[in-house]
Amino acid sequence: MSETGRYGEYGGQYVPETLMNAVHELEDAYEHYKNDPEFNRELEDLLKNYAGRPSLLYYAEKMTKDLGGAKIYLKREDLNHTGSHKINNVLGQVLLAKKMGKTRVIAETGAGQHGVATATAAALMGMECEIFMGKEDTERQALNVFRMELLGAKVHPVTTGTMTLKDAVNEAMREWTSRVDDTLYVLGSVMGPHPFPMIVRDFQSVISKESRQQILEAEGKLPDAVVACVGGGSNAMGSFYEYIKDEGVALIGCEAAGLGVNNPKNAATVANGSMGIFHGMKSLFCQNEYGQIAPVYSISAGLDYPGIGPEHAWLNETGRATYVPITDEEAVEAFEYLSRTEGIIPAIESAHAIAQVMKIAGTMDKDQIIIATVSGRGDKDVAAIARYRGVEIYE
Amino acid sequence: MSRISDAFAKEKAFIPFITGGDPDIETSYELIKAMAKQGADVIEIGIPFSDPIAEGPVIQEADLRALSAGTTTDALFDMVTRLRKEIDTPLIFMTYMNPIYVYGTERFMKRCSEVGIDGVIVPDVPFEEKAELSGACKQYGVDLISMIAPTSKERIERIAKEAEGFIYCVSSLGVTGVRSEITTDIGAMVQHVKAVTDTPVAVGFGISTPEQAKKMAALSDGAIVGSAIVKLVAKYGKDAVPYVADYVKSMKDAVLQA
Repeated sequence: MSETGRYGEYGGQYVPETLMNAVHELEDAYEHYKNDPEFNRELEDLLKNYAGRPSLLYYAEKMTKDLGGAKIYLKREDLNHTGSHKINNVLGQVLLAKKMGKTRVIAETGAGQHGVATATAAALMGMECEIFMGKEDTERQALNVFRMELLGAKVHPVTTGTMTLKDAVNEAMREWTSRVDDTLYVLGSVMGPHPFPMIVRDFQSVISKESRQQILEAEGKLPDAVVACVGGGSNAMGSFYEYIKDEGVALIGCEAAGLGVNNPKNAATVANGSMGIFHGMKSLFCQNEYGQIAPVYSISAGLDYPGIGPEHAWLNETGRATYVPITDEEAVEAFEYLSRTEGIIPAIESAHAIAQVMKIAGTMDKDQIIIATVSGRGDKDVAAIARYRGVEIYE
Repeated sequence: MSRISDAFAKEKAFIPFITGGDPDIETSYELIKAMAKQGADVIEIGIPFSDPIAEGPVIQEADLRALSAGTTTDALFDMVTRLRKEIDTPLIFMTYMNPIYVYGTERFMKRCSEVGIDGVIVPDVPFEEKAELSGACKQYGVDLISMIAPTSKERIERIAKEAEGFIYCVSSLGVTGVRSEITTDIGAMVQHVKAVTDTPVAVGFGISTPEQAKKMAALSDGAIVGSAIVKLVAKYGKDAVPYVADYVKSMKDAVLQA
């Protein structure tokens, strides 16, 4: 980072004046607590005894043999409590909110994983919780809506715009400007205004801290490639972060290409986006020539977002990480493949990373290693995949 | 002094807002002419944005109507070129950073000065990020209007010292929209500003009735009204001009009594 909250030219703090003192307050609190031994002890305890960390680094032997190339390891974020990597960030942020004296948290959610994680942490820590979710996503992920309500959260279906993740972020920001004193906006990805991209990255970097140590124990060397899916980019940032300094490790982000990068129905921001300033940050966005944000599409509600976190935009620009588009069809095939081959049903988001592994493993040598992050479990997607394959079942 | 500041010089100002291109460019053109004729001192024209995070439902819907009607930034520049043959009232574009950035910030401000736009209000660019706009604004003589909010507190001084045109005092927490009551201590905020600058202060967010406008103008240098006007446009569509004209006249009269 060069200046405050910047990754090269990307990042920044583009929010209404009403929120400026709130983002500064968060910045100050985080700078204080990140070095506070008591805060870190509490967070470590939560990660270990509540979320179930460290997550496994699993050697996918059958998949490795079947693809006939690099050794494949899966970082099993799907085994965390609440079923995805989202809990890593949420435990950190909700604990921080509590230390700051806040009594209420709000959050956006796409697939519902971040909403469920936030509702969970809020229940545990005794905070009021309200979740904003695009109406279309409340229908695609009806089970997660009920799950959040079970956990005591109030879910607001967002009916503006495209009724998906970007609109949920808009609405959560609007809500934060209307009630800022007792409320913290718990952002779910490495996006938004500074300090969110940094805070979320730091809390998610536990993924690569663990995997780096685990692979050194298992193989005595670092991986050749780390692969993760990218919407806003939190699991990818967490999976990459500790390897950024290890130049021999290729970092590969997999974005949602929907019906194809050349079809208007996609959400591949690096492939099709351009520089813009939106949702508090300068980054890459899918948009038209007048800067109107494009309606994007992916089978995966969690990757259905028209932007990408600023640090990813920077890693892309410097060439340190590469970003590849994966279509709905490729992701669904990978979803089925991992289920059949390893007995692991991944989230449809994570299946985008698995699809890339299926493309590259066979082209690599047998002594090379890939770590792919299974960011979440796929139970929530089973009905949608059935429908994709023409089987009409509903949760 | 800029043309915008001058508009506050002789009396309390009334500043109406409409979303440009809602329901279409022709109606906006007629609305702006009518508002100027009825005594609007400065007029804000919204460039519609797909994701206006500082707006409540009324202006969100107006943006959507304008975009669905095919409104573009270039079409609004052309509209202002035509308006400048008819009216002298200072005009301000209100929009978000992305439409300006993607158009090209310098190109945007150059067009503003060519067509006769006097200032810009960009709610998602706070004091800390204003370098994004200030260079091009200065180069082309476009006032960059600063906002202060009920949460600004100690920030007010820094913001006010560098303010141009007028200072937009946000009356309430939250997004734009009609409110039955404004509970913020506006008087204290305005006093805070006046201690450091002569730049005029106008109050916006939540004002809809002549009584509210009079009250806010009494505490400051003027009142800004958006959603209440946009609601009339939503209700009457292409026939909105006489309704908006009557409303603007009643609001200007109220402000003058402050």
